[in-house]
Amino acid sequence: MASYIWLIPFFPMVGFLINGLLGVKFKRSWIHIIAASAIGLSFLTTLILFFELLKVEPHARHFENVIFDWIVAGKFHTQVAFMLDPLSVVMALVVTGVSFMIHIYSGGYMHDDPGFRRFFVYLNLFVFSMLILVLSNSFLLMFVGWEGVGLCSYLLIGFWFEKDSAANAGKKAFVVNRIGDFGFILGLFLIVTTLSKHGIWSLNFDVVFKNAELFSPATVTAITLLLFVGATGKSAQIPLYVWLPDAMEGPTPVSSLIHAATMVTAGVYMIARCNVLYSMAPGTMEVVAVVGVLTAFFSATIALVQNDFKRILAYSTVSQLGYMFVGVGVGAFSAGIFHLMTHAFFKGLLFLASGSVMHAMAGELNIQKMGGLKKFMPVTFWVFMMATLAISGIPGFSGFFSKDEILWQSFHRGHIFVWIMGTLAAGLTAFYMFRLTFVAFFGKPRMDEETKHHLHESPKVMTYPMIVLAIASVVGGYVGIPPVLGGSNRFEKFLEPIMGGGGHEAVKEGAHAVAHASASLEFTMMAVSVIVALIGITVAYVFYIKNPELPVRLARGMRGLYTLLYNKYFVDEFYNSVFVQGTKDFATFLWQKVDVGIIDAIVNGVASIVESCGGLIRKLQTGYVQTYAFSILVGGVVVFVYFFWESLF
Amino acid sequence: MGGLTAHIPILSIIIFFPMVGVLFLLLIDRENESAIKGTALVFSIIEFCLSLPLIIRFNPNTADYQFVEKIPWVKSLGIQYFLGIDGISLLLIMLTTFLTVLCVLSSWSAIKNYIKEYMISMLFLETGMLGALISLDLVLFYIFWEVMLIPMYLLIGVWGGPRRIYAAVKFFLYTMVGSVLMMIAILALYFLYHKATGVYTFDITKLYQLNLPLGAQMWMFAAFALAFAIKVPMFPFHTWLPDAHTEAPTAGSVILAGVLLKMGTYGFIRFCIPLFPSAAFKFVPLIMLLAVIGIIYGALVAMMQKDVKKLVAYSSVSHLGFVMLGMFAFNMQSVEGSIYQMLNHGISTGALFLIVGMIYERRHTRLIKDFGGLAKQIPIFATFFMIATLSSIGLPGTNGFVGEFLILLGTFKASRPFAVFAATGVILGAAYMLWMFQRVMFGKLDKDENKVLKDLNWREVVTLIPIVIMVFWMGIYPKFFIGKMEKSVSNFLMTVNKKVEARRLMDSKAKALADNLWQSGKLKVQKIN
Repeated sequence: MASYIWLIPFFPMVGFLINGLLGVKFKRSWIHIIAASAIGLSFLTTLILFFELLKVEPHARHFENVIFDWIVAGKFHTQVAFMLDPLSVVMALVVTGVSFMIHIYSGGYMHDDPGFRRFFVYLNLFVFSMLILVLSNSFLLMFVGWEGVGLCSYLLIGFWFEKDSAANAGKKAFVVNRIGDFGFILGLFLIVTTLSKHGIWSLNFDVVFKNAELFSPATVTAITLLLFVGATGKSAQIPLYVWLPDAMEGPTPVSSLIHAATMVTAGVYMIARCNVLYSMAPGTMEVVAVVGVLTAFFSATIALVQNDFKRILAYSTVSQLGYMFVGVGVGAFSAGIFHLMTHAFFKGLLFLASGSVMHAMAGELNIQKMGGLKKFMPVTFWVFMMATLAISGIPGFSGFFSKDEILWQSFHRGHIFVWIMGTLAAGLTAFYMFRLTFVAFFGKPRMDEETKHHLHESPKVMTYPMIVLAIASVVGGYVGIPPVLGGSNRFEKFLEPIMGGGGHEAVKEGAHAVAHASASLEFTMMAVSVIVALIGITVAYVFYIKNPELPVRLARGMRGLYTLLYNKYFVDEFYNSVFVQGTKDFATFLWQKVDVGIIDAIVNGVASIVESCGGLIRKLQTGYVQTYAFSILVGGVVVFVYFFWESLF
Repeated sequence: MGGLTAHIPILSIIIFFPMVGVLFLLLIDRENESAIKGTALVFSIIEFCLSLPLIIRFNPNTADYQFVEKIPWVKSLGIQYFLGIDGISLLLIMLTTFLTVLCVLSSWSAIKNYIKEYMISMLFLETGMLGALISLDLVLFYIFWEVMLIPMYLLIGVWGGPRRIYAAVKFFLYTMVGSVLMMIAILALYFLYHKATGVYTFDITKLYQLNLPLGAQMWMFAAFALAFAIKVPMFPFHTWLPDAHTEAPTAGSVILAGVLLKMGTYGFIRFCIPLFPSAAFKFVPLIMLLAVIGIIYGALVAMMQKDVKKLVAYSSVSHLGFVMLGMFAFNMQSVEGSIYQMLNHGISTGALFLIVGMIYERRHTRLIKDFGGLAKQIPIFATFFMIATLSSIGLPGTNGFVGEFLILLGTFKASRPFAVFAATGVILGAAYMLWMFQRVMFGKLDKDENKVLKDLNWREVVTLIPIVIMVFWMGIYPKFFIGKMEKSVSNFLMTVNKKVEARRLMDSKAKALADNLWQSGKLKVQKIN
């Protein structure tokens, strides 16, 4: 079976090449069919491989497919090679599955865009890169995918590049990600150079993890922290989250696919993949969990007061990614991946639904200008509702199982601060999601008559994929029902062979504690988070349905706090004035003062001194290059004679 | 090597074939411009084809010089006509013949005056560059080194922009200063070798065996290094480069960036380091420091440039900083990365200059503020520009990544702080290139002059496609290229290390001997007393 793993990324590659090189004259429907079926075939291949994998003994579920040698220099050796194991197959299923739905949807959403072909070319290239990222068997090839998805993100955020805001957002995303990648690649160097002292010259996951005990505690902490810097860039965590809200300038299917469901979760995947290393570095784990929960809380507070439909969802994504990092940070690696999967369904769906709303509202994004959409777009409303319930953690929906698993694990492994913040953030999440729902879909329509007249439900090509994702948002959690609710957490079992953390003590103890927790305590904790979510929903109901005057008064009453939140804590302004402007000023100084003012001034100064001296002996100087050449010859002869003379004696 | 090739002086043919082209060009009437261009193109293409057997026939399993030709030239002075290539020069030779074809193509409509002289200069330059890369005799090398200078000086001074004379003279004088010092050092080495062995020779394979005392090495290294550092150019000897690039015609810039700058880095690896390795080791901290400063400084200054061509010129300072850094980290990964980066820079910066030239030909400006929104008007151009940009910022999958990765990996092994600072260049690289790309290609198409721009014609597309192929080939399957240099690089490192070790032993033995003498001397003195 290993021999055809390469087919998974191969199909999107073919789709990219066909549409990219030959597609200029194709009809739109053809372009759409080629792009979507490329992903469909890829999804199908992944499914087949998944079932084949299930047939194999759990501990033998590891297959590699070497394609060719890549960078080989001295003893250093890497290959282009793919790997299939429970973790990569879960990721590949999520990526191809959600991508397939979004590819179908995009055919409707982008239908009238002049850049239709370019869009699908980029989208196929993105899926290809993402699959390289999750299927690679080594850090270095993973980095190829890692930067590849960054490129596609850049191209797709700036898809409508005539808008300065879009072009700026794309550049910002790429540069901020590069800052993260700077850490990531230093982490790789540290791995290679440390192992090379023991004669190991590889970046293959297998080899590195098997030899993990060769790292000293300090080294492994440094490595994991550096890799985490990469993750904060790609997965939009504090302090590098700033690019993601701006990334909403891209077409909405892109926000859904890249900036919610797949690419932004790459950091979580990377940490789960490296669970052996992270388990050896408890200090790093603490950092990951705390950064995660702070990001979850911090961005949830920003989402409370925003009025832009997509930006609310963007801050929500940042916040939910924070939860995933809490999961992997407290050592519950499979819980992090579980939330990654359910989030891919419900957040992907939320964005598609927002796209459907934009489609109907002629691109309007301000929720204050919506209202009452429930009536006009029933399908969109209902799928949006499913996803909202899922993200709010209402029992029975997928988000409940995955988020609760993370909170429960963090509580039980003794991260009380993390648990408190996480639970509060869950309340905020329920509030801002229902605020969004109530303001946009309930109440009286507030749009102008013209827009209202054109309100319509989206075509089937858009609604069907949303319905599929809605179903997934509901039932997606049932693969991971915890034992306490009568399930057996199949998801965790499936991932167990790779998520063992290399059998390190800290993780074992944590898992042990979790396994032996009392059921009543677990029920209590569950009840707490459900109650918090219900409070959030109730407050939203009171604010936006019962008494719409209240939030306005509240905002007026707490002017300072409101302004701070509304302006996202002024972080962008701070970064701009300190880092961006600081760099530009320094660069200008180097150019004007150092380069022109000092170095070149000296050069020209020497030249003019020579020239004025030359004035005195003008008769010897003609100013022609031949003369200079001649003087070189003379000088050379003099030196030659000198040495010749010296060598004689 | 096959029996057939052993008898054909393939290297001489490759060096002098462009001169045959020059002869043909001399015979063509200057009015007949298409014949002139056609002849130059045909000769450059044949030249490229002639160089192909080198890479096909090259034996990657040996570090010995291959295709060697050795004829005594001036016997009394020990000057030889000595040619040969190894895995290091091989790829640079291929790059030279490859880029020359593209340069001729790119000059098709850009050059309006003296087209005959222009094409003659071009081919003449090719002979100079190839000769310098292939010579294994210092005098021969020096001749070709100087030969290169003249056509380049003319390319800038005759076919350049408005400040061409200033730029050309600056270029010429800068390089001359270095050349003079180098010549003195060559002569000093010549006499020192004679002193040690009683033989006069400029044969570098023989000179390699000379292991000079550290003091002498330091002086001669400094003289050679200055010549090459100016050519690279390393910070702070770089200020001739932005002027030369800005004023040079497109093809001049491509050749200047693609090959001429590599003469500096090649000089280090072929002459400076193997001849004076102990001194080279002593200079490691200084050169690495200057290299890292160059990387960051070049990138920052590039960021604020208003002229696209000047921006690319400063980015060269940054990229060449990587090359020098890798070379002086002295391990397999870093040195191979360094050589790879020499090729990459030729490909990607060459591409950027070609692209800037194409837009200049249409708009007669290179100022960033005169553009904006071009991607909509000229999408094919935008695609090529994007690919060249990505290659320049080292996106994985393109050639740039392989070089930068290996250099940084090797440097990290040798010195972590330098690697960390150098790696910030990767962030800055993305910042200045993408910012420039955004201002030129994205945004609103709001200038009337830009609304009538024509997209690339077939000749321009044909010029750029080979580059795009190289970008991805070198990025996806680097083994083909690195495999060729593997043996030469490991041999280079081994001999350098051996020689340094021997010098160290000699010095410590000499010191022990001196100590002994001193002590025994003291004893003698005591006896007399």
